[in-house]
Amino acid sequence: MACFLVPTAEAIVMTVVRKAAGSKNEIGGQAAIKHGDHFHAADSAAKIPFTRKLKWLTNMLWGGSALLAFEHVWHGEVTPWFPFLTAAGDPEEAAIMLREMATSGVAMAVLVTAVWLIILGVVKTYEKRPSIAQSAQEV
Amino acid sequence: MTLLTTLFAAIIVTILWYKRAPNDNMKLGILCVMFWGASLMWLIDAVATYIEDAAELFEPTGAAMLNDLFLGLSVVALALVIWLVILLIKDPNGKVKAALFRKKS
Repeated sequence: MACFLVPTAEAIVMTVVRKAAGSKNEIGGQAAIKHGDHFHAADSAAKIPFTRKLKWLTNMLWGGSALLAFEHVWHGEVTPWFPFLTAAGDPEEAAIMLREMATSGVAMAVLVTAVWLIILGVVKTYEKRPSIAQSAQEV
Repeated sequence: MTLLTTLFAAIIVTILWYKRAPNDNMKLGILCVMFWGASLMWLIDAVATYIEDAAELFEPTGAAMLNDLFLGLSVVALALVIWLVILLIKDPNGKVKAALFRKKS
């Protein structure tokens, strides 16, 4: 009914977090270069920046939500006119919609985030491998 | 059927991305995570349907299957359009820019 709204909300929050973290990293990076912190720069080259990792999550959430939203339009659950969600017009339907958002919607957001965390775990093991860290520094 | 269509699309795009990695000039990574995100969300939808009525999930009618297949293909087409728009806007190889601003000899 409107389960896609929960991952969409998470996507909005995470995009804001990514933008904020990105600007913070930029300021930090410029400060490091100003102070000639080359050792720190070489160390960070072996690791994937967290903002890039966050981008994987936001892309997964935005992409999934967009395709799911299309499915809801297909089934006539989302309309281009107010109140946009057909279930929102009827109190009984609205209650069912909210319950679906609380169960399926939250489960969707949790599953996508859990898969992203697993990916981060795998990436972390790659980052710890000396050969990969060395080749990343060579590049 | 929609889940299956999206899942197969995710698997095919992942294989294509892996074949070209680490080169991602075609921005296949975006398409890849988009399909995987949608597949995970539809997986939850399928589990919810299974809990409510297992027969609906495993014994669909012919008309429902056809409608779901049509929806799945439309979803894949929409994802490809979104990816194409991103690719043309970001233009990682500068081909769009080169084509637009080329000088006639």
